[in-house]
Formats: sequence, structure tokens, C-alpha cells
Amino acid sequence: MTSGGIRIKAWVATICALFAGAAWANPEPGQLNMTRGVTEWSSEPYFLNNVALGVCIVIGIVVFGAMFVAMFRFRKSRGAVAEKWSHNTTLEVVWTTIPVIILIVLAYLATGGLKSFADTTNSQMTVKVTGFQWKWRYDYVEYQGKALDKVGFMSKLDKESDETRQLKSGLDPNAVKVDGYNTYLINVDEPLVVPVGTKIRFVITAGDVIHSWWVPALGWKMDAIPGIVNAAWTNIKEPGVYRGQCAELCGQDHGFMPIVVKAVPKAEFEQWLAQKQQAAQPQPPAQQQPAAPAPASSSAAPKTAQAAAPATSHQG
Amino acid sequence: MAHAATHDHHDDHHGAPKNFFVRWCMSTNHKDIGTLYLVFSLLMFFIGGSFAMVIRAELFKPGLQLVQPYFFNEMTTMHALVMIFGAVMPAFVGLGNWMIPLMIGAPDMALPRMNNLSFWILPFAFTLLLSTLFMPGGGPAGGWTMYPPLSLQGDSVAPLVFAVHLMGISSIMGAINIIATILNMRAPGMDLLKMPVFVWSWLITAFLLIAVMPVLAGAVTMLLTDKYFGTSFFNAAGGGDPVLFQHIFWFFGHPEVYIMILPAFGIISEVIPTFARKPIFGYKAMVFAIASIAFLSFIVWAHHMFAVGLPLGAEIFFMYATMLIAVPTGVKVFNWVSTMWGGSMTFETPMLFAVAFVILFTIGGFSGLMLALVPADFQYHDSYFVVAHFHYVLVTGAIFAIIAATYYWLPKWTGHMYSEFWGKVHFWNSVIWVNVLFFPQHFLGLAGMPRRIPDYNVAFANFNMISSIGGFLFGASQLIFLGVLVHAVWFSKKKAADRVWEGAKGLEWTVPSPAPYHTFELPPVIHEDELAHGHVED
Ligand code: HEM
Ligand SMILES: [Cu+2]
Ligand SMILES: [Cu+2]
Repeated sequence: MTSGGIRIKAWVATICALFAGAAWANPEPGQLNMTRGVTEWSSEPYFLNNVALGVCIVIGIVVFGAMFVAMFRFRKSRGAVAEKWSHNTTLEVVWTTIPVIILIVLAYLATGGLKSFADTTNSQMTVKVTGFQWKWRYDYVEYQGKALDKVGFMSKLDKESDETRQLKSGLDPNAVKVDGYNTYLINVDEPLVVPVGTKIRFVITAGDVIHSWWVPALGWKMDAIPGIVNAAWTNIKEPGVYRGQCAELCGQDHGFMPIVVKAVPKAEFEQWLAQKQQAAQPQPPAQQQPAAPAPASSSAAPKTAQAAAPATSHQG
Repeated sequence: MAHAATHDHHDDHHGAPKNFFVRWCMSTNHKDIGTLYLVFSLLMFFIGGSFAMVIRAELFKPGLQLVQPYFFNEMTTMHALVMIFGAVMPAFVGLGNWMIPLMIGAPDMALPRMNNLSFWILPFAFTLLLSTLFMPGGGPAGGWTMYPPLSLQGDSVAPLVFAVHLMGISSIMGAINIIATILNMRAPGMDLLKMPVFVWSWLITAFLLIAVMPVLAGAVTMLLTDKYFGTSFFNAAGGGDPVLFQHIFWFFGHPEVYIMILPAFGIISEVIPTFARKPIFGYKAMVFAIASIAFLSFIVWAHHMFAVGLPLGAEIFFMYATMLIAVPTGVKVFNWVSTMWGGSMTFETPMLFAVAFVILFTIGGFSGLMLALVPADFQYHDSYFVVAHFHYVLVTGAIFAIIAATYYWLPKWTGHMYSEFWGKVHFWNSVIWVNVLFFPQHFLGLAGMPRRIPDYNVAFANFNMISSIGGFLFGASQLIFLGVLVHAVWFSKKKAADRVWEGAKGLEWTVPSPAPYHTFELPPVIHEDELAHGHVED
């Protein structure tokens, strides 16, 4: 695709982002609103965000509007004479009650979203996420009720971003791209591969300091805390590559421990998993690198990008 | 008239000491100590501001151009600590010191020697804190929230903890002094419910300070013993719990954010009636709103921790409690607008800042309300959206109120008018650039940019650049403020009247300008009509 085409697409996207709230899962230049996300649950924060924003805008127009009218009408320079009243019980009751009603509605909506998020039961897969300074570890604990062993790997900032981000590297962050999408600081050497249409339970913890696992397209972040195991879940609807970053200050390279989730169709995932298991079986534990990437990844790959650039260690 | 109550003719008898050291270092005079606090706060505002300039310069475009990530973290940490404990809090204490005795008709603060001590602790605390930047291990870099285990990795835990202890002692002594003054030293007839709203706001704030500063002191002491004395309060490997720190910290931290805004509410409630020439709308409701916000501030702390994995019941409780705060906050905003309605308004610089406060603080309140909705906060939390939120409430809230107060009372302090023209230049520059600086950060957070990062993806480049430009220009605008102050103090020829503003009411305007070294040695006689809020019916 030409860069002009991309630019037009980006502009269209910007306008979409402004009005409809963006079909974009990953950050786009000029993005103005939260992503709707790509999971069963991720529309909850998006919906609440829009409702609350709308409520705030309406209240803002009324209050600031009244204020500007006052500032215009009741100016001394226009001959306004100050009135003496400083009280109006009816008004005060009204403007205490109306916010209370609005808040009750918002609280009701938010409580629903919260309850559905808290329910991590009936998951079909479990992934353990561990935060380290400054990389993530993913361990596949269980899939469709079967315990998995030895499927796990570290996931850290990709080499190209890492070289570019060095102080005064002279390299251009704009040049770090995968399939035309800029992945500077939001790409990893090996992504978390998960199936779509599967309720995945994440158990999240950390090995050193507190981190926070955040992929906006999934709709939530959850702190990774040493000594504590937090649970969260997702059920991704569309295949794609979803990018996020650590969201809790965790030391000097806090800005450089991204998260990439690659959601693939179930069949493809099972194939990938089988390969991972096989690669883990005969080898001594010291040699962890998988022999080959999932071959069929391009078939269902979404428009945005591939997970890892072919140049990275993913290739083995 | 209460004019008679002051003895400005006896300067030789009990005027300010001539010796510089005696006057400023050994002062027990509430006005001189107030001035010290305000000057100190201004200095810290510029130091904390210069750290912010480093941050915005590094974030000007993607890629690391200026500083190493670790130093960047030192900057964000120090920026926040200096601004909160060095700029905003001392500014309010300084304003309280100067104005509370003048507003309630007291000759001085109740505990003048302690007053001296609570100020003079601060320069030592901040010298200690800032000196860590030049030490081999570097300054604290774990964020102002000091979450362990990260904060324990640094080499400057001990100086940080000691500095926080000193600031806490200073604040507690300041708060005790203010409570003692307000409760014991009011002129006869100055009933509690006739006090100016500013005095009320400080009374309530002082109780908050006494309640929570010891909590902070406890939390950081536990950090210290975890680091050096083998305890495991927050160390999971030793049976401790890192989240415990967050609960303790935010039990201090949320009241702390109200410590930084309640006196601002008080200031705005003085300034708007003056320039609207109309008594404050709903005086009692205003006082009650401050009190209920203060109460609620103790039961919302975990809204800073929605993503730590709290149980469902806790998330729901803290969400509802947080949302409740919007009600008294809304009452305050509505009352300010109603005060303007039907008034006879003029827009001198203090009023301009007050009007900007009402609008922009409210925008910060809106984003606060959005943050309170837990599922949405799962997205907003620790993103630039939060950065935008708290800068709207702190910069265009607390700082704008402090600036409004400075313009409002400066003529009373110095006896000279500041330059209205340059005050307005300062205002328009501040209000425009602060929005260029912070508004785009909402978008960045919504698009997924985490906070406290030194570098970012190219998708965030455009709004970061806009924000940085706004930041530099907002920073530069504050130099205009400095210029206005220097001019007003030393060069202005325009004498200020005793009642500096046509619509100003309250005891502070009955003393001469500049306020003499000693005021209200004889308690003034209170006339109801002279009070800022007029007659308080029912
Ligand atoms: C309507 C009133 C307000 C509500 C509902 C509200 C709500 C919130 C919430 C929920 C958060 C946590 C966001 C997160 O980290 O996910 C937050 C953060 C914050 N708020 Fe507010 N807020 C309000 C007013 C204020 C005021 C008046 C101040 C100070 C003057 C303030 C200062 C802060 C600060 C400093 C933080 C960030 C703390 C940090 O993580 O470093 N807020 N607010
Ligand atoms: Cu991190
Ligand atoms: Cu809070």
C-alpha cells in the first residue's frame, strides 16, 4: 500500500475515532477516544466511557453556559447592579437531587460491567502471566481442561525498538514498522499466542516489583504483584495482533516492556500449541527456544500486522 | 469602624526588627512567617517546574534525546514531591498564616514560636530531598507514591523517608497552630458560622492534615525498616504484602489531595463574591459541602487501587463512595455560579483566575467522575488520562487558586497595586497554555499511553508535541508572574487603598495597606454587613 493510501486511511480512522469511537484496537495517530476493543467484555469500559463523557458534556454545557451568560449579563460595565439574595432552597434541592439521580444511573451501569468482569469461572484456558524487570513471562497452564507443561516463554521488547530507543541512538522511531504499522516500543520478540472465541483466564503475578498487564483492546489492566496472584479473563472475538504496555512504574525500563497478544483461530492455535509442546518434550530444559513458528499464521492474519517482524528471534 | 483597632503609628515600638537575620530567621510574626512560606513555595514552584520542563522536553518527540530513563523517573518523582509538599501545601499554609489572623480579628497565630519552627523545618527537608539528586545512587525514582518493592530498590530511601518525616512534622505543627488560632483567637462576635469560607476551609483542612500525616509517616517508616532493619511489612517473600502499603499510602493520599484543594475552594469563595459584589450564595451549604467532602475523603482511598485485584465488594463500595463526592463538589460549583448570577461583575486578575478555576477545576472533576467508574478505570488507570485529570484539579485548581489569592491579597501585603495589565497578560497566557499542555493528555490516555514513561510509540507523537509546546509556554508564562510580583513589591508606585477592591468585605480590608506589623492588638468590633457573606439567615 502506498504511504498516501495509509495516510488517507489514517485520516478516515481519525474521523471514525472522533465520532464512532474507533474500530481501532491499537493506538492510532490522532486517536481521540478509547478503543471499543475486540473482546466479549471490552465494550463495557468503552460504553461507560462514552456515557459518562456524554453526561459530563451535557452538565458542562449547562453549567458553563449559565456561567458565561452571567459573566455577560451581570457586568458592572453594562450597568448591572448587584442583587442581595444569597439563598434559594428550591434550587439547591434541585441541583443536589439531579446529580444524585444521574450518579445512580451511572453506578448501576458500572456495577453490571464490574460483575461480569469479576466472573472468571467457566474458562477454557489458563495462562499465567509473570512480570519481571523488564519483560513478561507467559506460561500456558491449561487448555480445554488439559494441564499443559513446559509451554512457556519470555516476551521482551523487540530488537529493533530496543536499538532505536537507546539514548541518542540516531535511529528513527518512525522507521520501526511491521507491515506499515509503526510498532516502536509496542512490539516483542515473541508474542502471547491465544485462540479466539475462547474464555481465557489469566493468572497474573510478578517476580520482583509490581507491574501491570495492559492491552487496551482487551479492555482492562491488572496489576502483577509479587506474592499475589490476580485473576482476570478475556474472550477475544476477532483474530488480530493486539498491543499494550506495562502500566505500573517498575523501574528504569518501565516504558520498554510491551505486551503483544496474537489472537488466532482455534485450529491454528492448537497447531501452534502442539508444536510448542513437541519442541519442549525431547530437549533438555536448558534449550527453550521453539524450533519453528506457526506456519499458517498468514492465512487468518488481520489487516494490521503480523505479530513479530520476521527478523526477530521468533524465527528461531 | 474597625480601623481604629490598629496601631500603625507605633512602628518604632513594635515594628519589624531591623536586623535581617532576627527579622526573618527568628520571626514569630504571622505576616513575616506567611511571607517566608509564600516565597519558599514560589521557589519550589520554579524548581518543581524546571523538573517538569525536563520531562516535557524528553517527551517532545519519540526516541530518547536528552536523559536516561532512570533520570527521567527521578524527575517525575521529584517533580511531584516538590510540587505537592514544597509548592502547593506551603503556599496554603503561607496564605493561612497571613490571612487567618487578619480575617478573624486575631493579633497573631496562637503558637508563634511553633509557627517559626514549622516553617524553618521545610528548607532543611527540601535541601535533604533535593540533595539526593547529586548523590551517587541518585534520587528517589519510584514515583511520589513510593510503592514497594520498587521504591526499596533505590539508594535514597533513607533521605527520602527522613525528608517526608520532616515535611509531615512541619505540616502537623502548622495544622495544630491553625486549629488553635481559629478556635481560640477569634474576635468577640466572630462566631464560627460568621467566619469567612477561607477560614472554614482551612479549619477543616487542618483536621485532615492531623489525621493523615501520621499515617504517611507510618507508611514511610515501614519502608525504612523493610529496607534497613529486616522487617517484611511489604515484602511478600517474608510474609508481607506489597498491597498493604498502597492501602496505607492512599488512606493518607486521598485526604491529601483534598488538603490541596479545600483551601482553594475557600479562596475562590472569597474572590468571586468580591468581584461579583454579591454575597456568597449558600454560605452554610458551602461550609457543609467542604465538611462532607472532607469526611468522604477518608472512605474512598481504594479508588486509586481498582487494578490491584480488590474483591468485587470492595470495588463496588469504593466506586459508590467516590461517586458520592461529586455531589458536594457539584454543590460548590453551582453555588459559585449562582454567586455570579445577579451580581455586578468586574474582571480584575484575581477574578479571571477564579473564573478559570471554576471551569477548569470542574473539567478535572468530570474526569474524576469518569475515573470512578471501575470498568472504565480498568482502561484509564495509570494512563495519561489520569495525568490529565490530576493536573486539571491541581494546576488549574490548586495552583490557579493560589495565584488568584496572591493577586487578591498582594496589595494588602505590599501596600502597592500590581500591574493589572501584566497580571492579565499572565492570566491569558497561563489559561491558554495550560489547556494546550493538559487537554491533549486526555486523548493520549484514551489511546493507550501509560503514564511515567520516558518514550512512546509514534502514534502518540502529535499530541505529545502539542502538550510539550503548551508546557514550555506555560512554564515561561510563570516568569511573567515573577515579574509582576517583583514589580509590585519593589517598584510599583501605585498605592493600594485599605479596601483594595470595591466589593471586598471582611476584616482584612479594615486594616491599612500594607498591613502593619501588628494588627488587631485590640479586637475589632464585628459588623455583620462587613462580612463577606453578608447576613447568614436561617
Ligand atoms: C469529583 C471529584 C474527584 C473524583 C471523583 C476523583 C477521582 C479520582 C480517581 C478515581 C482517581 C484514580 C485514578 C486512577 O489512578 O485510576 C484519581 C486520581 C487522582 N486524583 Fe482525583 N478525583 C476528584 C478530585 C480530585 C481533586 C480535587 C484532586 C486534587 C486537588 C485530585 C487529585 C488526584 C490525583 C493527584 C490523582 C492521581 C494520584 C496518583 O496516582 O499519583 N482529584 N482521582
Ligand atoms: Cu512497568
Ligand atoms: Cu483519590
